[in-house]
Amino acid sequence: MDAAKNCRKLKAIDEAIGMIKKGSRVLIGGFGNAGDPKKLIEGLCISGTDELVVMSNDLGSPNEGLGKLLSNNQVRGLIGTYYNWNPEVAMAYNEGKIFVELVPQGTFAEAVRAAGVGIPAFYTLSGVGTEIAKGKEEKTFGEKTYLLQEALKADVALIKAHKADVLGNLVYYKTARNFNPVMAMAADLVIAEVDELVPGGELDPESIVTPHIFVDVLVLGGGDR
Amino acid sequence: MKPLAEEVAKKRIAWRIAQEFNKTESPLFINLGVGIPTMVADYITNNQVFLQAENGMLGLGPAASEEKKDRMLINAGRIPITETPGCSFFDSCTSFGMIRGGHVDATVIGAFEVDGEGNVANWIIPNGKQLGVGGAMDLVAGARQVYISMTHCTKQGKPKMIETCTLPITGHGEVDFVVTELAFFRFEKGRLLLEEIAPEVTLEELKTMTLAPFSRSQNFRVMPVPG
Repeated sequence: MDAAKNCRKLKAIDEAIGMIKKGSRVLIGGFGNAGDPKKLIEGLCISGTDELVVMSNDLGSPNEGLGKLLSNNQVRGLIGTYYNWNPEVAMAYNEGKIFVELVPQGTFAEAVRAAGVGIPAFYTLSGVGTEIAKGKEEKTFGEKTYLLQEALKADVALIKAHKADVLGNLVYYKTARNFNPVMAMAADLVIAEVDELVPGGELDPESIVTPHIFVDVLVLGGGDR
Repeated sequence: MKPLAEEVAKKRIAWRIAQEFNKTESPLFINLGVGIPTMVADYITNNQVFLQAENGMLGLGPAASEEKKDRMLINAGRIPITETPGCSFFDSCTSFGMIRGGHVDATVIGAFEVDGEGNVANWIIPNGKQLGVGGAMDLVAGARQVYISMTHCTKQGKPKMIETCTLPITGHGEVDFVVTELAFFRFEKGRLLLEEIAPEVTLEELKTMTLAPFSRSQNFRVMPVPG
């Protein structure tokens, strides 16, 4: 495949996963089994790299997808929004095996974006007056009180896109987009799993969602879009 | 009065809320939660009502049939859905920007408890089995109007509209409307007003099942129910 030959960013999955160090903070895209980088997650499980802090919306299902990282004892902590689809998270937390930092979903997305665009913190209305607000600085603007949320920066982001060109420009597919373009901006090392690699110039510049400046490594996935 | 069968009650609640949205003459953007809120979509008949899903879609169509299912086209409850002409996809930041920025006109959510001060508890029952907040706090804080759709009492007959929430709250004073199979309530300047009462229940009966203090609205009437 010519596109593959001309792509400096393309790596084998194990080679890409080998770049992730023990104890890393890892952003992982996806929402409820749509848009999670399945091959990269599988590779991370096989690698056994542990002490990870996984930053994602959810943690898949028990022993499935991202859930497998927890079953494998590779997780030190979780920062995310919704673990009700995987009851093993609450169990591991209750047993003191992992820490969990729950963040409202919109605040989580914006905190990741903030990290990616050089904003250290921001104020938001979400969660004011709730348990989530405990320990967070508050400030009143106009008539309303807001919570201070710090940016959520990571060492690595594992994301999923539909197509990449040889430079690493990315386009997405339907609701598999979700957190992926945001996470692509917020880590020192960004690895994107894609279904298809196309020659440079083939993607319509108007349709590119993630410009290649954000993408370090590309891997070919299983084609689940 | 005899309690309504659960399915009848849920359909009535979803239908009643849909009638509010069907009145619109200009585009109306609505985010529906899981459970009864999802059923509201079944009764929307106005093509100026557009559904938003926080996982990154505007213009949701109905649930996908078995042959049209696409695992990468889901709503926020992970249900495979369909597209409508003019629908769009976007990332999670844009999605919650719509919500937090006040561009989403209303959200409909379920609840465990609502109290007399307009607080809602719907994200967690602290039993050690759940850990998750999802988009609930963003939705109640950001959407311009918050509709609570829930059965009036628990399956054990315990009122859900109480004086003060006992469970961890999702938002402080954010509720605008509460619709149950028995009544339609509205919060106005921190006061709970009864707008409508279901045909088969008396005010006295409703009071025994509603622990949050309320008064009758000036426009108080019998609640329309689906035929």
